[in-house]
Amino acid sequence: MTRADPAVSVSALGKRFGDVVALDDITFDVRAGELFGLIGPDGAGKTTLFRLLTTVQLPDSGSATVLGLDVVKQYRAIRSRIGYMPGRFSLYADLSVEENLRFFASVFGTTPEAGHQLIAPIYSQIAPFAERRAGALSGGMKQKLALCCALVHRPELLLLDEPTTGVDAVSRREFWDLLETLRADGLTIVASTPYMDEAMRCERVALIQRGRILDIADPRSMGGRFQRPLLAVRSAERMRLLQALRALPHTHSVFPFGDAVHYADARASRDAPDLAAELERELEQQGITDAEVAPIEPGIEDVFMELMLREPAEAA
Amino acid sequence: MTVAPARGPAIEVRGLTRRFGTFTAVDAISFDVAAGEVFGFLGANGAGKTTAIRMLIGLLAPSGGSASVAGFDVATQAEQVKRNIGYMSQRFSLYEDLTVRENITLYGGIYGLSDAAIAERMASLVKRLDLGRDLDTRVKSIPLGWKQKLAFSVAVLHDPQVVFLDEPTGGVDPITRRQFWELIYATAAQGTTVFVTTHYMDEAEYCDRVSIMVDGRIAALGTPAELKERFESRTIDDVFVRLARPGAAA
Repeated sequence: MTRADPAVSVSALGKRFGDVVALDDITFDVRAGELFGLIGPDGAGKTTLFRLLTTVQLPDSGSATVLGLDVVKQYRAIRSRIGYMPGRFSLYADLSVEENLRFFASVFGTTPEAGHQLIAPIYSQIAPFAERRAGALSGGMKQKLALCCALVHRPELLLLDEPTTGVDAVSRREFWDLLETLRADGLTIVASTPYMDEAMRCERVALIQRGRILDIADPRSMGGRFQRPLLAVRSAERMRLLQALRALPHTHSVFPFGDAVHYADARASRDAPDLAAELERELEQQGITDAEVAPIEPGIEDVFMELMLREPAEAA
Repeated sequence: MTVAPARGPAIEVRGLTRRFGTFTAVDAISFDVAAGEVFGFLGANGAGKTTAIRMLIGLLAPSGGSASVAGFDVATQAEQVKRNIGYMSQRFSLYEDLTVRENITLYGGIYGLSDAAIAERMASLVKRLDLGRDLDTRVKSIPLGWKQKLAFSVAVLHDPQVVFLDEPTGGVDPITRRQFWELIYATAAQGTTVFVTTHYMDEAEYCDRVSIMVDGRIAALGTPAELKERFESRTIDDVFVRLARPGAAA
């Protein structure tokens, strides 16, 4: 495998569990050295995808290679070259921090010392608790230990299934900072998350929902996928504002966004500033006199919801 | 159901403290939450949120200070507190092996509603959440988003004065998350106080006011706009990072 070959290549991959289609014809590549995000809610198929890529489950259809190796025919060779951090806390709660690390190293036939260079920046943050039982660590510390254990055998590809779920906002930031450091050192990373804001930390993201990829793009340019004028509307009367906007004749979508409401117009060609003035007048006619309307750039959540609305049978 | 005195705030906390051995998990916190307010209760893991909530719902006795919820003292009237609140957590709320209908009936019974009241609330819930086809489906087979909306509706089945939501929207898709917040608004508009914790900092901006706990104390409390202004931050996420890890500001 050369640097130009993809680290992960997935082609028309499918997996069902009984009547449930977990993955439906998924195709994408991850470039070597890339930090790639899988963004989607619970039940989207993220975990199933990781289980196929880590060779712990077999696909029903399609194919995938990891580091140039086939996930079905060459599964043994894949396993020692990847690091995997499952979504659920996967360490031994009764072993100490140090013992967990030593155990995972020995499973891969190595020692923590051999992997020291790669894990040192992360391990230094948990080293003060080396003697503590893993079960007694805080959420953020557990995640850092799990990351060390997934890296201790110096894998070429790191697969992280929802590494920041249930972790507070500060620890989440620190965790993504660590991933960026690892990526800068040349590691390829695929991480999944239900948090849309974390998409911005990735070079490219796949938006995934109900077993399908809705879109793959650079998160910084994803707003361009939203092909309608978008306005942020604020009023002290939130419930009335939502109802009034939904009742307007050219409404495409109306969603609450924090202290504002995002309104997309069905007339894709309308100029946003004109539309803002028009909307303010229409709301005033409905008795909402304090409405502030401003054109805004669509963010990744706007795009995700827009793509969900376009999906057939998405009666969300 | 016992009717609480309607005067005063829905939640009133004065110097509330909880120690475990030599460790002070909650350190003399004080705040009020008004009736019908949507109040966000934020904090890093280990800041003391869960301990504070356990005291407010009458599950854990305070070591010091006092708190009243729905007009009842959490230390001396814990049973009345429990009868006048709703509670929903991400981890447990509904019985997965029971059907939607059975869950509603069970909780209605636990809350002491009459059969007629249960039937009436079931009908209105089915209509509001469009659950008609799934009434006899086991909860474990319905999609997560619906499950969360159903769990919330069951938590307010008995029209409690205050409902506590512990990370209610974890893992749900962005459209369902917004539908969930609209349910919260509708409930608050009817006068129910909503006390909510979340790790989604953008969700804090849906709240009327938020408090941020750091090391057992309330480090900041105000409307999202006030906090952003006071801490010269663009988002609540930035405010949170500044307060919770002062050295780590991005």
